[in-house]
Amino acid sequence: MSLELKNVEKKIGLDTHIYSTNLKLEKNTINILLGPTLSGKTTLMQIMAGLDKPTSGEIWFNNENVTGMKVQKRNVSMVYQQFINYPNFTVYDNIASPLKITGVSSDETKQRVGKVAELLKLSGMLNKKPNELSGGQQQRTALARALVKDSDLILLDEPLANLDFKLREELREELPKLFENRDCIVVYATTEPSEALLLGGNTATLQEGKIIQYGKTLDTYNKPNSLVSAQVFSDPPMNIAKIKKLGDQCSFLQNDIQWKTKLNIKDGEYKVGIRPHNITTYKEGNNTLEIKGKVLISEISGSESLIHFTNGNLNWVSLSNGVFQKNVGDVMNLYMNTDEFIYFDQNERLVSNG
Amino acid sequence: MNKTVNQKAWFFVIPVFVLVAFNAIIPLMTVVNYAFQETFGNNVFMWEGTRWFKQIMLSERFHASLGRQFLFTFIILFIQIPLGIAIALTMPKEGIGVPVCLVLMSMPLLIPWNVVGAMWNIFALPDIGFLGHSLNALGFDYNFTQQIGDAWFTTILMDVWHWTSLVVLLSYAGLRSIQPAYYQAAEIDGASRWAIFTKIELPKMKKVLTIAILLRFMDSFMIYTEPFVLTGGGPGNATAFLSIDLVKMALGQFDLGPAAAMSLIYFFIVLLVCWVFYTLMMRNEEKS
Repeated sequence: MSLELKNVEKKIGLDTHIYSTNLKLEKNTINILLGPTLSGKTTLMQIMAGLDKPTSGEIWFNNENVTGMKVQKRNVSMVYQQFINYPNFTVYDNIASPLKITGVSSDETKQRVGKVAELLKLSGMLNKKPNELSGGQQQRTALARALVKDSDLILLDEPLANLDFKLREELREELPKLFENRDCIVVYATTEPSEALLLGGNTATLQEGKIIQYGKTLDTYNKPNSLVSAQVFSDPPMNIAKIKKLGDQCSFLQNDIQWKTKLNIKDGEYKVGIRPHNITTYKEGNNTLEIKGKVLISEISGSESLIHFTNGNLNWVSLSNGVFQKNVGDVMNLYMNTDEFIYFDQNERLVSNG
Repeated sequence: MNKTVNQKAWFFVIPVFVLVAFNAIIPLMTVVNYAFQETFGNNVFMWEGTRWFKQIMLSERFHASLGRQFLFTFIILFIQIPLGIAIALTMPKEGIGVPVCLVLMSMPLLIPWNVVGAMWNIFALPDIGFLGHSLNALGFDYNFTQQIGDAWFTTILMDVWHWTSLVVLLSYAGLRSIQPAYYQAAEIDGASRWAIFTKIELPKMKKVLTIAILLRFMDSFMIYTEPFVLTGGGPGNATAFLSIDLVKMALGQFDLGPAAAMSLIYFFIVLLVCWVFYTLMMRNEEKS
């Protein structure tokens, strides 16, 4: 089982929504489409499902050309950002609805709905209507509807985006388990790098209608093929600075901080990407290269603290464990881990990751 | 926590109270006053208790006009609600067609009621009106001033022309508020067009349709100007709906007591029907 996009392109009027895309998704994989809003995730999913036709290019499923085939004839299910359920059906009827239309017997329907409801912790509320449920339960119902029929392709379009923080965390942890032991291809769109890392599988980074990089999630994260891919897959945003390399000496262009490198690359100018967690307010492990910063903003996120600071003409972000706050305008020392620097050439292609 | 007591806040309520008193309570109380008493002018009143109410409730004339009123309201709701939904479903969802349709649809709603009556009166005249003349030329024996059926037909047609747009506009707003994802989800399930209508569109339109039915019920139940100008309640009393009959009694015959009692009964019928209908429709919505 595989889903393959061949030179798929989508134009609406003069606007190109998806630039020519080639992508092959294998069976029993979770594939994450990671990109900011309007990067083309939803459009791409609708083309994969057959809800939308590509302007040019072909979609192949199991070595069969399914371009232009109606979505009803494809065995697809989809979960949306909004909680989409039939408003006057009970939870049970909602979950059973895809089975009813395909003519599954009532005994089997009962058994399958029961199983899925248990998996999604909906067993106690099968007789309720969607508007009597919390947002989280409504989305669980929508997920159950998608899982109850044995789809070949399950598409999830930012399913957690409309949930509040706590429910999101809860459902996020259950998601990988839901897709285990299913004979299908899962495609999951999200704007959040942390969700991609949690789900594992494969990740495609998207930007402005183009797939920048596709590969195993950790590979995409650790070895971004370009600066754009690294930026898409970094939250908080990645720090980017220009550097000069001469022999084994590297230095930032904008200040006189220097460090030694064992990199075997030509001398010249490069850009480095530094993930915020590789700059900390304390010396720790390999975080040893000192940089002076003037605090712009200091904020706390969960159990971590973000310090936005300036050095040279650049704004930097650092992410440290622990909860603390710094006064705006303070000048302080921060420490960077040069081993984790990601080097890009002048064309913003990857040269070396550390 | 201690709440501070500040009775001065009542002063803020006074303007509203005075306003409501003048535009609702005082006129209503005047009617109540007339409903329980007999007067021969000169500000002399005699207490009659519930006599006028009994008289009205037992009057065949009231039963007849109430019956006509319910029949009329029922017919126009039965036509306008489905027709309004049907038109809203066929209206374009994007492009230049949207404003064009909306403006065309709003036109009848902008015409004053007595103008609508006058327009249709002329339009339907059997000798010179376009509608009346054409029907007669086609071989129909049509004369709304003399034949009961024709009078009803014309009155209903006029009301449908005037008010279906309101249902269309409300339904259209309801339809537009349904997220496209619902239609996609239904498409993935392989639901038929009819299933999409009954399982998604109708439930999602429930609230606006409730409002549409309520508005159309109240307006049509209190209809006066248009049939008054079109038929004057005739031929005979064939199109004398409640309000027309009421005005005849109050101003034509100057039976102020019975007319006041009839007004109050009329008012309570409208209130009761609206309350029952709204409660039934919203019974399941409370929880959400």
